[in-house]
Amino acid sequence: MSTDAKQLVQPPPEHCPGTESETAGKSAACAGCPNQQICSTAPKGPDPDIVEIEQRMKTVKHKILVLSGKGGVGKSTFSSQLSFALAMNQDTQVGLLDIDICGPSIPKIMGLEGEQIHISGQGWDPVYVQDNLAVMSVGFLLEKEEDAVIWRGPKKNGLIKQFLKDVFWSDLDYLIVDTPPGTSDEHLSIVQYLKTSHIDGAVIVTSPQDVALIDVRKEINFCKKVGIPIIGVVENMSGFVCPKCTKESQIFLPTSGGAEQMSKDMNVPFLGKIPIDPLIARSCDEGKSYLITFPESEATKQYKLVFDKILNSVDTKQ
Amino acid sequence: MDKIKHKILVLSGKGGVGKSTVSSQLALYLSHIGKKVGLLDIDLCGPSIPKMLGVENKEVHKSSSGWIPVYRDETQNLGVISIQFLLDKSDTPVIWRGPKKNSMIKQFIEDVCWGELDYLIIDTPPGTSDEHISVTEALLKHNPDGAILVTTPQAVSVSDVRKEISFCKLLGLPIIGIVENMSGYVCPHCSECTNIFSSEGGKLLAEQTNIPFLGKLPIDPYLTACSEKGVNYFKEYPNSSTLSALKTFVETFEQQNK
Repeated sequence: MSTDAKQLVQPPPEHCPGTESETAGKSAACAGCPNQQICSTAPKGPDPDIVEIEQRMKTVKHKILVLSGKGGVGKSTFSSQLSFALAMNQDTQVGLLDIDICGPSIPKIMGLEGEQIHISGQGWDPVYVQDNLAVMSVGFLLEKEEDAVIWRGPKKNGLIKQFLKDVFWSDLDYLIVDTPPGTSDEHLSIVQYLKTSHIDGAVIVTSPQDVALIDVRKEINFCKKVGIPIIGVVENMSGFVCPKCTKESQIFLPTSGGAEQMSKDMNVPFLGKIPIDPLIARSCDEGKSYLITFPESEATKQYKLVFDKILNSVDTKQ
Repeated sequence: MDKIKHKILVLSGKGGVGKSTVSSQLALYLSHIGKKVGLLDIDLCGPSIPKMLGVENKEVHKSSSGWIPVYRDETQNLGVISIQFLLDKSDTPVIWRGPKKNSMIKQFIEDVCWGELDYLIIDTPPGTSDEHISVTEALLKHNPDGAILVTTPQAVSVSDVRKEISFCKLLGLPIIGIVENMSGYVCPHCSECTNIFSSEGGKLLAEQTNIPFLGKLPIDPYLTACSEKGVNYFKEYPNSSTLSALKTFVETFEQQNK
């Protein structure tokens, strides 16, 4: 498996100008670094892999990232339900790429556990849920479910690059990219690798409480910093309707107005609220589409409203 | 590090299952019963601990012997270190790749002046990557007690926690046990208990893998509310089942480590 073009003899130091940058091996911080020789002699200029990624991505119309600073707020649930929903239209070709390398949930949620990928002449074949819905995840590369992927940044980046460069998606209308929580290697890499291929934007998922919103504010600032347009913010796990008495209560309290207020404060579109429904968690555990299984539920209604807003935003900006 | 009696890591493969909640409640409970406690937050991209303890606007200071933790009150029973204390604004993102995160964690382990502690609780981000490898490698030199694994009952979460168990085994980090969090929600209107995130998943995992099961923590909006406001939950709700679960855990742990 190829990782970075250059093999460093030790991790870059704190003030490293970036091993791919023009000043690599030449800046003040490079003096005394054991990698100096390697960096200063390696060829500069555009990464040839990025050119290949651009070629591969030419057949993909829209690319949407699903992000959140916080873990466990429902990124993978949202990505999977969005993909299932898009693929309900038989003429829409959908791809779902899971770049959560250490905690891939997508194979289970899509009902594809235990599947393996195949390598053909055209690249890595994704795993298909149905004819128009293809999925790729590190989960398909593991021998056993409990195998841990104990990788530091560079190895994770190498795999993400391969996912973009080598997976044969063929023609896609939408590629949904599910991400791990945070603002680190995976996030920087996906943005960097897709820099020349045009990302439509990011959907940011959060739960209503402040503890999640703190991290989500960081994620919004990350997007602004790296220049990813924000399609909007979705508030997930928003209120719980008791199945017995049908009264609503708030499990994760929107102490300071929840995601709606935060979106206003940060001047980004607010897309809607998805309520808590135990059947969503169950659908995910069973690998089924919640929207198809429970078409009449309140959460399905809200999901559809949010999805429509996303598609409108993506189509009009084209 | 050598002046610290017990060192416990709180881990989970999955995000948002309550690692920071378990870490902060455990630290609060220990300090509540008179222990000297340190709480180290190594979630660099999404630090939640300062908010949960109501110390989000404090700053750390550097002395000749290292960083001085932020103390919750004048008793200095509970010291906290988090990257949040080093940021200008609370919404500044920490956009770092692995090597920078690793050197920060190394500093957190080696350069904080905790003084004498009964317990050091370390809260981690989700996953099995840079932060986890670095902190585990650094801690293994100092004889840690081991890791507490947190999961919700859903299969999706349990499957990530299985990976975390493999991680602990591969690196030789002992596992203290598994906690099942968000296990059922009691409707405040009619007291009906709904298993929002399914049930028993953590317990079954503990049985299958032969790892001690440390207990179930229910979904408790009062606890979330206290975390939001940084209020001491034990003083507000002395009869909660969260408190009794923590109490049982600490008593058993102390018994075994006498």
